[in-house]
Amino acid sequence: MENLIEIKGVRHAYKTDAGPLPVLDGLEIAVPEGGFVAVVGPSGCGKSTLTRLIAGLMKPDHGEVWLHGERVKGPRSTVGMAFQNPVLLEWRSILKNVLLPLEIVPSKLSKKEAEDRARFLLSLVGLEGFEDKRPSELSGGMRQRASLCRALIHQPEVLILDEPFGALDAFTREDLWQTMHKVKEREPFTGVLITHDLRESIFLADQVVVLSGRPAKTQYVLNVPRTRTPTLDDLYTPEAAEQLNILRHQIQVAQGRTTEDAA
Amino acid sequence: MNKHVQSIAVPLIAVAIFLAFWEWLVWVNGWPTFKMAAPSDLPPAYARHWDLFLTMGWQTLWRTILGLLLAVIFGTLLGMIMGFSRIMRDALYPLLVGFNAIPKATVVPIVALMFVGQHDFNTVLLAFMISFFPIAVSVSIGLSTLEPEYRDILRSLGASQATIFWKIALPKTLPEFFGALKVAVTLAFIGTNLMEIVSPHGRGLGALFDSGRTNSDFPLMFAVLIALAFLGIVLYYIVVALEKIFAGWAERSPG
Repeated sequence: MENLIEIKGVRHAYKTDAGPLPVLDGLEIAVPEGGFVAVVGPSGCGKSTLTRLIAGLMKPDHGEVWLHGERVKGPRSTVGMAFQNPVLLEWRSILKNVLLPLEIVPSKLSKKEAEDRARFLLSLVGLEGFEDKRPSELSGGMRQRASLCRALIHQPEVLILDEPFGALDAFTREDLWQTMHKVKEREPFTGVLITHDLRESIFLADQVVVLSGRPAKTQYVLNVPRTRTPTLDDLYTPEAAEQLNILRHQIQVAQGRTTEDAA
Repeated sequence: MNKHVQSIAVPLIAVAIFLAFWEWLVWVNGWPTFKMAAPSDLPPAYARHWDLFLTMGWQTLWRTILGLLLAVIFGTLLGMIMGFSRIMRDALYPLLVGFNAIPKATVVPIVALMFVGQHDFNTVLLAFMISFFPIAVSVSIGLSTLEPEYRDILRSLGASQATIFWKIALPKTLPEFFGALKVAVTLAFIGTNLMEIVSPHGRGLGALFDSGRTNSDFPLMFAVLIALAFLGIVLYYIVVALEKIFAGWAERSPG
């Protein structure tokens, strides 16, 4: 199977006053088309750097990032991004916010078609009737839903989610997890999710990559077998408990809290 | 009393009480008009010099507005330079702070001497000099504190710096810009009047004030003060109206 995203031997260091600060060292990630990878790891291990590399906002010092058989050398319009901060533009309506990427990316859609698509996406995430509201009139969870629609409006091949649910309360978060599955069924994409939440990672992703502490390398990859769309109940099965246990253990190794070898 | 009536009546009553107190103060002390003016002295002063008030008021107004417009253009450009370039910010900020720290009253004689006789130019220049600072600072802060995610959203799609500026950075800075513009309006008036008062054979309301001063004509001086306050209020509310149009989204309904 061809991999849509391929990260090969990526090393990267930030320049600081105290000399180079290596954040990524030997990163290997491969995501097949339509796959959904979650990246977990100790905080400050370079997870956000990873998203910027995939989006082409940064170039790695060494190694290669490939998207759809092409080496990433700069930003590309086939990527959609959503962050922990929904960064909606306060002076635009929700609908106009969702349409923003189409003002940058060349699109075949007419104005009418684009609006219809935005309305469709908003209804898909449960924001029907909020098209003309301002972001300040929406709750945190709703803003995040709108931000998701904006990331998808130009039909990106790759959706990069950098802790998009991190600032939400537990119930809203679980709601959004289910929304994500619903969206993915209707609007297929290849996903990269950065998260701190292990339950979120096994609920959403089919592959969970554990990064080691800084400088980060791929420490462990857990495959989450999927036969159907999971429900929240699936998080309380023995299999889920087993997966979470493995991930928890790997994170502890990554944090250096246990001396046992990761392998 | 319903809310609408109350919102008009309360401020009116407050103004009336203030004027009555002022009138009483002058009356109880028995001050003559070469010592102090009472509110009742003002209508005659306006009636006597109404043509002067109109021409001088217009002169003050257009110079202030022109100075303010220049301050907006220059301040915004300076703010953009400092907001986008770390090096330029480090270079220009100390200069700017130093320049702003100089009391502008001391600049007036220098400008008046340098461009002697060019009264319009002098006045506009001072209004501009005194009012560009808050605009430059607010625009630079607005631009430099733009969260990186806002840039990334557009940059990841391949947008140019100019697009990011027009679509995000500029509108996001508007509330700060208008906040500064409200301060700048008042400052520009100070600048105009400083020059009009100090500069010899001046024009504008400041010169009218000065002629009242030399004659100890307190009713005239106070009439000028109130005319100035009136112009200031009008300009201020023009800015407020513009703010409502261009940055009304930043206003949150309470609760």
